[in-house]
Amino acid sequence: MDNIIEAKDVWFHYQSESFEEDAPIKEVLKGVSLDIKRGEFVAVLGHNGSGKSTIAKHFNAILTANKGEIIVDGINAADDEKLFDIRQRVGMVFQNPDNQIVATIVEEDVAFALENLGVDPAEMRERVDNALKDVGMYDFREHAPHQLSGGQKQRVAIAGIIAMCPDCIVLDEPTAMLDPIGRKEVMKTIKKLNRENGVTIILITHYMDEAAKADRIVVMDSGQIILDGTPKQVFKNVDLLKEVGLDVPQVTELAYGLRKNGIDIPDDIITEEECIEEIIKIIEKAGK
Amino acid sequence: MAIIKTEDLTYVYSAGTPFEKKAIDNLNIEIEEGELVGIIGHTGSGKSTFIQHLNGLLKPSSGKIFIDGTDIWQDKQTTLATRFKVGLVFQYPEYQIFEETVYKDIAFGPKNMGLSEEEIDKRVRETAKLVEISDEQLEKSPFELSGGQKRRVAIAGVMAMRPKVLILDEPCAGLDPKGRDRILDKIKEYHEEQKSTVLLVSHSMEDVAKIATKILVMNNASIVCYDEPPKVFGMAEEISKMGLDIPQITKVFNALKEKGYHIADDVYTVPYALKKLLAYLDNKGVKGNA
Amino acid sequence: MLKDITIGQFFPGNSIIHRLDPRFKIIITAVFITFLFCADTFAGILVGMLFVALTVMLSKIPVKMIFKGMKSIVPLIIFTSVLNIFFIEGEIVFHWQFIKITKEGLEMSAFMVLRIICLISGTSLLTYTTSPITLTDAIEQLLAPLKKIKVPVHEFAMMMTIALRFIPTLIEETDKIMSAQKARGADLETGGLMKRAKALVPILIPLFVSAFRRAEELAVAMECRCYRGDEGRTRLKQLKSGGKDYVALAVSLLFFDAVIFLNCIS
Repeated sequence: MDNIIEAKDVWFHYQSESFEEDAPIKEVLKGVSLDIKRGEFVAVLGHNGSGKSTIAKHFNAILTANKGEIIVDGINAADDEKLFDIRQRVGMVFQNPDNQIVATIVEEDVAFALENLGVDPAEMRERVDNALKDVGMYDFREHAPHQLSGGQKQRVAIAGIIAMCPDCIVLDEPTAMLDPIGRKEVMKTIKKLNRENGVTIILITHYMDEAAKADRIVVMDSGQIILDGTPKQVFKNVDLLKEVGLDVPQVTELAYGLRKNGIDIPDDIITEEECIEEIIKIIEKAGK
Repeated sequence: MAIIKTEDLTYVYSAGTPFEKKAIDNLNIEIEEGELVGIIGHTGSGKSTFIQHLNGLLKPSSGKIFIDGTDIWQDKQTTLATRFKVGLVFQYPEYQIFEETVYKDIAFGPKNMGLSEEEIDKRVRETAKLVEISDEQLEKSPFELSGGQKRRVAIAGVMAMRPKVLILDEPCAGLDPKGRDRILDKIKEYHEEQKSTVLLVSHSMEDVAKIATKILVMNNASIVCYDEPPKVFGMAEEISKMGLDIPQITKVFNALKEKGYHIADDVYTVPYALKKLLAYLDNKGVKGNA
Repeated sequence: MLKDITIGQFFPGNSIIHRLDPRFKIIITAVFITFLFCADTFAGILVGMLFVALTVMLSKIPVKMIFKGMKSIVPLIIFTSVLNIFFIEGEIVFHWQFIKITKEGLEMSAFMVLRIICLISGTSLLTYTTSPITLTDAIEQLLAPLKKIKVPVHEFAMMMTIALRFIPTLIEETDKIMSAQKARGADLETGGLMKRAKALVPILIPLFVSAFRRAEELAVAMECRCYRGDEGRTRLKQLKSGGKDYVALAVSLLFFDAVIFLNCIS
């Protein structure tokens, strides 16, 4: 099987908190269809309230679709009997590292999921140690969480998920509360897990530079997918992205501005290197 | 006269214990009235400690702070009065909202200042308008608002105190690009309308670059530089060594310069970069058709 | 800084006492308390004190720490001794107006004071040498039989763990909220009782809101990690008892036998 996650026409609305019988239903997801390939690194963009976190919570059955279905590794996510199989396959990391660490000691927190799954203590020890080494936090295994920096805490949270050996990790704005150093640490860890361990990554983010590093970008707006493609294909749509409250990398914006002024420069520049190279090309051509 | 002035300002954490640490070390700085200063520095550089000294929340271990020419620790009244003169908006300020209505929450600060009802009402409405909170929303419970709206309400709560100096610690943290731009716009508007001094603490040079008139860089408990943005961005290399991110566009223009294409030294926003680059190309004979 | 305060009074170390199985430590402490209350001779209390002194030595905890921990019970000690000195009838050694001090009263009060000191220092050794989290685990295991009669032992232990985990976080948060409200001119320091109580509202409400938000997020995060109560749950750290634990128990029992023996011969 090629796809780790398949979402087919997913509709979702939260239970109305209003007491009025005929309060209008606000659909958060309006027919989202999305296939995630095994081993892919997908970034999901969208402003707050676009439905990107909501769809993510469907991928490990924290939320259940009102209509449509989600298939995780061949298992229907609506199947209650298979709930823990699904959650073990698709792990989730959230924005605030403080609110997802359960135990008072790093290694015990990493073991939490394995304890719940009833893994044998000897095997558990090994998996916990490996997970901590994977995120580069092994030396901190006996620390208390509140002694760590934000980036370190977030890496502990990631270790707690990869100890389950999931096929896929969904990260919901994991760097939003971190400083630049913490962000770099976490992004490095995520990329390493994807490239070296072959873990499928779904990264929800507001940072365009993070999204530019993904294999594929999915853009959501008011409960629907409006763009889906490689970073180059997606960032081309400068006007559309701005319209839905998103940014593009500065270099893309610069190239876009140049094109508008009639300068011939490719419209799919997303990295500094490409930008530098293309600008030099233009200057050199003029010199001839 | 400088609105903020510090003299050998030093603060030591856990003095006399093995954990003793200098959070800020001998700071000497003068900030002129009416500036919009971006303060950048990585976590632990001392920037948070520094701003908490400016409104008297922390007492310096040694050294002095003058606000508007007055030593803020000269007597108790002055210290308390400083809290109203220098407004401080903490990180994630929406978590400090507590009143039943948005109106009451914005009014909390002005009320503590002992202003008259009319004055409070005037300020609350004016500030709400500035941050784009409607009259209808003023009567709502703050807990019904969206994240971005809550953030604006919390900032308005301090703005309504009309401090001579407004300090914001990471006001854009955790917001999406649209929410971030909106907050930055509001801060700029406030700065222009009130003609007051604003200090903006951020990790993001890009955010700071958009609105600041001056930039203060902190590292290892000290001030590295305090200057106009073009000059500071000219030191891109040193800054990136301190663990701070410099704008992508700055990196591009620096790299071009290294390769022998000296377009401009002081690029840090896209519109400016575009202008400079177009002029450069025009000079080289590359004509756009626009 | 505020967030560095320790919870309970755990004094990290690697002594033999630290390494004992926490379950045995709890049992020994329970037995110790019982025997201390049985002891009705000075000699018995002295044996108890000797036991505590030996344990302190083995645990390598500075004696200063033990005394520091006892500061808070000084009023209790004074109260008990005063009560005993003045209100026990017997052979009068001092008489002034209506105040009478008896020999029995003096003896009794000295006895009670020693007993309290012994009790507090002995029990505080348990918390000094055992981290709160291990203590919680041990209590959970010791109380496991109660699960049969539907006592939610695991749930209580989990709550304890989460509470311990979040205390530093919430203390830090309180600190932040207090600073923020002070910056908005909230007066937290002056005024009468009513005014001060009212001044707490701007701190308590945000704190509660935040605690609930955290609880909600934590619950989802725990679900994501397959939490389902203690059904089929294993533990990373197995509490293991070995020779040293049985020896410790035996030695303790020997001491306590001596107490009983001294009781009998008096």
